[in-house]
Amino acid sequence: MTTFLGLLNYWVVIALMMTGLYIVIAASNYIKKIIGLNIFQTAVFIMYISIGKVSGGTAPILTGQPEVYSNPLPHVLILTAIVVGVATTALGLALIVRIRSAFGTIDDHDVQEIISE
Amino acid sequence: MQQHLVLHLVAKILIPFIILFALYVQFHGDYGPGGGFQAGVIFGAGFILYGIIFGKNLAVRVVPLPLIYCMTAVGVLLYTTVGVAGMLLGGEFLNYSVLLPDSVAGQHIGILLIELGVGITVASVMISLFFSYAQYKHPDEEQNDEQD
Amino acid sequence: MTVLFGAVMIYGIYSLLCATLFVVLDAVDVAFTEAAVGTGISTILMLSALSLTGSRIEIIHRKKPILALCASLGLGAALLWGTSDMPQFADPSAPANLHVAPYYLEESSEQIGIPNVVTSVLASYRGYDTLGEVVVIFTAGIGVISLLGRTARRRED
Repeated sequence: MTTFLGLLNYWVVIALMMTGLYIVIAASNYIKKIIGLNIFQTAVFIMYISIGKVSGGTAPILTGQPEVYSNPLPHVLILTAIVVGVATTALGLALIVRIRSAFGTIDDHDVQEIISE
Repeated sequence: MQQHLVLHLVAKILIPFIILFALYVQFHGDYGPGGGFQAGVIFGAGFILYGIIFGKNLAVRVVPLPLIYCMTAVGVLLYTTVGVAGMLLGGEFLNYSVLLPDSVAGQHIGILLIELGVGITVASVMISLFFSYAQYKHPDEEQNDEQD
Repeated sequence: MTVLFGAVMIYGIYSLLCATLFVVLDAVDVAFTEAAVGTGISTILMLSALSLTGSRIEIIHRKKPILALCASLGLGAALLWGTSDMPQFADPSAPANLHVAPYYLEESSEQIGIPNVVTSVLASYRGYDTLGEVVVIFTAGIGVISLLGRTARRRED
């Protein structure tokens, strides 16, 4: 059952991933960079979860009847990754707050200028 | 946020249910969607809501910060203790089957305990993250406060 | 114009949409986590950070980052080329679905005895992973406390 649209999930993931990457590189505001990183991260989540999907399957909670279940392993990996993601985001935001304290700005260009002076 | 009567009332009604729901998610995670990670976040969200609505000073009286800082470590310690208990009872690290004579019952109690450890750590880390941001003042502003 | 406030709120909505996507893809536990963490706590933490850094930013028209755009598009094109021999969406015979997942689904009801396979893999089969993740969260929490907490600044004075 090879279809052209069978790879659509990867294309969506790549589009989101590159959006996140572009924001991380191009945005000069640190908060926007963090949002870009988070978008990149969700793209990875979607990739794992879509790989674990099995056609005709249901959520992997055993009901006793013979059923097709989706792959539980990617769910486990991503479940923990989401919570770790928010913890690291919080750490990044804390660093940004300290940068604001030290330099008075959260813009990358301004911080670079202050450092080079 | 300190003057809004509607927000105060709604928060007071909602917070017990949020915490009840967190406990349900924590202990029903074996049978349905849920578990320590989600329960910890929801539990933390209940206290964060209290902190947003009633202000930081009241919230710190409900959950003292030193206690929260200790609880972050308690969760990790509970998790590793269960692992080491498996070792002491003759199994491998984090092997729950040896915790009780019946291996399936041992798995049950092991999973319940480590999910509890995960929940405690996640909830207290989320609360301490929020209060770290809430109490932070930029050094220049702090000096102004002291002059006032 | 409070640009950053808008960006954070749109990120929250995007996160909620991701959660609904996860429900459609049968990952109910992940959707639950994403809805609670991504939409709830992430947004609150970003707003707390914004209240400290200021939400208003000046929009300065700098040189357009053409190089960044080219790099992203180039890498995206390379990745697209790489997907051509990936397994099809929802293919039951994809390598990812043939390795240990059938073992977990068949054996966990006897070995662990709880219906939610995600919980039994998370807590029992892959307990080491979860221990590591909990330690990461703990470390990140300590990092934020030491960056923003009272004790760190008292020492500076």
